Amino acid sequence: MAKTLTYLEAISEGLREEMHRDKSVFLLGEDIGTYGGAFKVTKGFVEEFGEDRVIDTVLAEAAIIGAATGAAIVGMRPVAEMQFADFVTNGFNQLVNITAKYHYRNFIPVPLVVRLPSGGGIHGGPFHSTNPEGWFFHVPGLKLVAPSTPHDAKGLIKAAIRDPNPVLYFEHKFLYRHIKGEVPENDYIVPIGKADIKREGKDISVIAYSTGVHWALEAAETISKEGVEVEIIDLRTLLPLDKETILNSVGKTGKVLIIHEDTLTGGIGAELAALISEHAFQYLDAPIKRIASLDTPVPYAPTLEEYFLPNAKKVLESLKLLASY
Amino acid sequence: MAKIEVVMPQLGESLTEGTIIKWHKKPGEKVKKEETLLEVSTDKVDSEIPSPATGIVTKLLFDEQKTVAVRTVIAEIETEEGAAVVTEPRKPPVREEPKEVPKTSVREMERQPKQVTIPTAPKPAPSTGRFYSPLVLNVAREEGISMVELEQIPGTGEGGRVSKKDIFAYVQARKTGKAPAATEATIAAPTLPTPTAPRIETTLKHIDSGELAKKYPAPLYEILQMSNILQKMSEHMVRSVHTSPHVQAVHECDMTKVDAARRRNAEAFEKREGFKLTYMPFICDAIIKALKQFPLVNSSIEGDKIILKRFVNLGIAVASENGLIVPVIKNADEKNFVGLARAINDLATRARTKRLIPSDIEGGTFTITNYGVFGTMIGIPIINQPQVAILGTGAIKKRPVIINDAIAIRSMAYFTLSFDHRIVDGALGGSFLETIVKNIENFDEAIVL
Repeated sequence: MAKTLTYLEAISEGLREEMHRDKSVFLLGEDIGTYGGAFKVTKGFVEEFGEDRVIDTVLAEAAIIGAATGAAIVGMRPVAEMQFADFVTNGFNQLVNITAKYHYRNFIPVPLVVRLPSGGGIHGGPFHSTNPEGWFFHVPGLKLVAPSTPHDAKGLIKAAIRDPNPVLYFEHKFLYRHIKGEVPENDYIVPIGKADIKREGKDISVIAYSTGVHWALEAAETISKEGVEVEIIDLRTLLPLDKETILNSVGKTGKVLIIHEDTLTGGIGAELAALISEHAFQYLDAPIKRIASLDTPVPYAPTLEEYFLPNAKKVLESLKLLASY
Repeated sequence: MAKIEVVMPQLGESLTEGTIIKWHKKPGEKVKKEETLLEVSTDKVDSEIPSPATGIVTKLLFDEQKTVAVRTVIAEIETEEGAAVVTEPRKPPVREEPKEVPKTSVREMERQPKQVTIPTAPKPAPSTGRFYSPLVLNVAREEGISMVELEQIPGTGEGGRVSKKDIFAYVQARKTGKAPAATEATIAAPTLPTPTAPRIETTLKHIDSGELAKKYPAPLYEILQMSNILQKMSEHMVRSVHTSPHVQAVHECDMTKVDAARRRNAEAFEKREGFKLTYMPFICDAIIKALKQFPLVNSSIEGDKIILKRFVNLGIAVASENGLIVPVIKNADEKNFVGLARAINDLATRARTKRLIPSDIEGGTFTITNYGVFGTMIGIPIINQPQVAILGTGAIKKRPVIINDAIAIRSMAYFTLSFDHRIVDGALGGSFLETIVKNIENFDEAIVL
């Protein structure tokens, strides 16, 4: 049996189920209690689980992550919310220097989840629209996930909470209410470290995650009418990368398009391109292409933001170039 | 007896090498532990290096003044102690190959629909300009398709590239007997479009002289190896002819005024500047002025774009002992007459004495070749790629010429402009050439002074 949920509802449900399942799970963040969170992911949670397990914090991300890290070290399973992913930089030092290295130094696991509502397309301007996964992609000791569908969103939040490592959970704000999908009734997880092939094809491999998957699906549908079969890999987990799925697909198609909403330079796409050229060079039949946001702050004006962000049309253009190469 | 290897020490954290300034011991001499064995100089310090042991110096492996990587063995000492004493690693540090391979290595990919199996890089180098992707080269090697055969497979990819689809279709057609595995230019799988253009061999194939010697026995024949410079010239000339549709225009030029000016000023010029005044700066000056007037001739072609150059780098073909060489006067348009003359003299002298440096022969935007020095009247030069025109100047000879219905004796030369008709048409080429001639015939003698 399955039911239809929005992406946001799927996250809420995953959190709720884990809090019922495990008493050591608790939430902390800015305005997540009485107010129900800036995006209402935790609406009704404080009534259901009480103030001890749904904690409204001060406006200080370093304190939130630091406190959550401490709680994780002593055996709790905290889920910390950054109100907007952009604000995580205030807790950057805690995450990369303390949280990520703690197990390495002390052999004590840090089962912490940080939720990061990220991404643009909502006219939020430069401080409320970024995709900061690239900074953490470079940090050994962290895991990064970024679901694209309600099914994966719920399965990954549950897997993240159960994982003994610190997991950064990037949930895309644009997908919150735009994307609906089927979610199983039963208890399930989506394993961390496993990509998913969202569409099979033999001509071009698209590697994407989060919003990129939806642009790719739309463009793939269009170009399929011209006889080009695109394979879409939804990474779901960014760190550690599912190299097996990526390289297998490249081995099959020989052409690669990488998509992410984060800005281009030094992004996750760069690492993917390097990985592929290093390990699958002899399978390549075309240059590896990348689509990403422009290397600028996220503009506030809707027309400029639209120009800044990738979209299905830009993806289609790149797919056509690759198909004819 | 035991052998001790002395290594180049690391005399600072960031240092990777050191220079041996002086050996204090010769091979066969005794040395005591801690006694100075040699002096080493680095970017940071000079140091005396003590011997690591007492014994006899048996080998000094590097001469003085040699720069050696840190931890390289530089000397050997025989000791009378029992065991070998090697305190430092023997070899310079060898960077370890990264061992980590993703779970799916290339090997696992073999389970994919059969394409390629060996992860080593493909060897064959394309001899035409056509690009082959790693995949296509791999499939070609797997299927035993030679480079010559590969070059005849029609491509449907961008710019006629052989795509994965094309090579698999070809392999399929070959297996089913539709395409012969031969090398004739006729092969094409029936379902595929025909090739767009014939492929041109520009590079020379290496041939073993042993076989040739049988065919062309000495002393009736002599087989010579083409030098690098000849091979490069060969490749460049063949490529140029096949790249640019060459068109020639010939114009006669009255050099009488230039000739007279040169003679009048020769002595004073040489005394003042230290070198001889030739015709060249006059011609170059006229060309530069014409290029400024017709910038399209001072351009090159990339893809479907024209690259106009707002500077003139004038190449001058020079016959040297080693062969043809074309040194370039950089920013020739910024030089006055004397500067131009000096630059020409400098480059020509250095070309003849083999003292040109690589940057001297790069970046030309237009070339002039003076075959007139051999008495040639009219030549038909080949364009120096990627430029779009070249001017050839013939020998200056006195000829009867009709001026104002009277016969006069004038010093005349034929100038040939070869130009690339892809972008320079007859009107432009003709006007440009005429402008050069006019500039020369009407030059202002004041510029020489």
